[in-house]
Amino acid sequence: MISNFGRYLILMYRVFSKPEKLRIYLRETIREIENLGLNSIGIVIIISVFIGAVITLQTRYNLESSWIPLYLIGLTARDTILLEFSSTMVGLILAGKVGSNIASEIGHMRITEQIDALEMMGINSASYLILPKIVATMFFNPFLTVISMVVGIFGGWLAAIVTGALSSADYIYGIQYWFIPFYVTYALVKTVVYAFIITSVSAFYGYYVQGGALEVGRSSTKGVVYSSILILLSDVILTQLMLA
Amino acid sequence: MIAVENIFKSFSGETVLSDVSVTFEKGKTNLIIGRSGSGKTVLMKSIVGLHDVDSGAIYFDGRDFVNMSFKEKQDLRKEMGMLFQGSALFDSLTVEENVIFPLQMFSDMSMEEKIERVNFCLNRVNLENVNKLLPAELSGGMKKRVAIARAIVQNPKYLFCDEPNSGLDPKTAIIIDDLISEITHEYHITTIVNTHDMNSVMEIGEKVVFIHEGFKCWEGTRDDVLSSSDRYLNDFVFASNLAKKIKDLQPKLKN
Repeated sequence: MISNFGRYLILMYRVFSKPEKLRIYLRETIREIENLGLNSIGIVIIISVFIGAVITLQTRYNLESSWIPLYLIGLTARDTILLEFSSTMVGLILAGKVGSNIASEIGHMRITEQIDALEMMGINSASYLILPKIVATMFFNPFLTVISMVVGIFGGWLAAIVTGALSSADYIYGIQYWFIPFYVTYALVKTVVYAFIITSVSAFYGYYVQGGALEVGRSSTKGVVYSSILILLSDVILTQLMLA
Repeated sequence: MIAVENIFKSFSGETVLSDVSVTFEKGKTNLIIGRSGSGKTVLMKSIVGLHDVDSGAIYFDGRDFVNMSFKEKQDLRKEMGMLFQGSALFDSLTVEENVIFPLQMFSDMSMEEKIERVNFCLNRVNLENVNKLLPAELSGGMKKRVAIARAIVQNPKYLFCDEPNSGLDPKTAIIIDDLISEITHEYHITTIVNTHDMNSVMEIGEKVVFIHEGFKCWEGTRDDVLSSSDRYLNDFVFASNLAKKIKDLQPKLKN
């Protein structure tokens, strides 16, 4: 455990050393934004719509009392989506999608000696392969979070209208009621931290894989599992630091 | 010239290389031979720094490689080219993009000059009209040739070839061997080839080093290989029935 953490720090030191040719790294970063970011928009939209709808319906069925105004359902859905779902839940989903992609891509390059080939050309393989991915996800994942927030709230509204759980006016009043803009900042800060965790941890497990296809699969699984655990741990720490 | 002095290497307490000292000469095709698992690849990867040695020294034309910083090693590697056992071409890049890759990273040439250099190297390894193909569309022999083209694109001083013939038919293997030998003499570079193919030894082995269970057992020229008295080398060289028959025929032919 401690030796793994040491190796992770050494890898990160190599990742953040000066790039050989900035122009090539920028090109790679743009490619990774497309690969890891743009290609994740679909899954983020689908999941956010449904989760937004489910949050709204569940809140409605748990607030049966006539003492509680219905617009609070909109408020609850909004705050749940802003505070936790769009950052942490989407982070966990991306840990599965993006994390496994990164670990298996780099792991495959390791076992087929492509990483050794990069090193033999005099290229810092850790920086060349991992830095553009980290920059791309830290830059683009906040956009995914904002998309998730908007689409999730829209999903809640759609569910309210279609099922008749509450009126459109109540829902819209609720999502505007007592809005705290800092919640968005809080979610975006968490997203950036999660993006770094997902990319660096998955890349670490891919970069140091040894063996064959089976080990690449295992490293991919490890990358996803450890990223997810670290996301949840950092969620607790950031919540305490930013909201307490 | 590359000088290896008393190097030791172990993995998880298991010694793989023991006190290996050898000099690889410039302008010659130096072969490291030995059985599978004898430590050939570990020796080659230790020489180029892909494995850190436990102790010992490695000198590239007098430059102490082991004690260099990470950055200095990176700079020295720009003078090296390497052909990997599985070719190690980048899957997602075309042949042209694979060969041009080191130039894109380090050269200040214009794009036209880079393309010209790539085409020159591809022609040098007898490949034409493959620039836009992906590695998956190439045969094993073609992949090796693209990998050689990539290895020589930066005019290396040192060329390393790890099992260049593995997985190739005998005729293609000879073509690859000849290519490595021609490039070595043409550019007067220090070439080290790992192989267990005796045909390669007899074709291009100007200097031959035999590794057995992590020890350097023998070194000499290809002409000395058949007449050596080293028991392990003889076991290796005359392992096949064909080689045994040739050995039996030798005295008769002399008479």
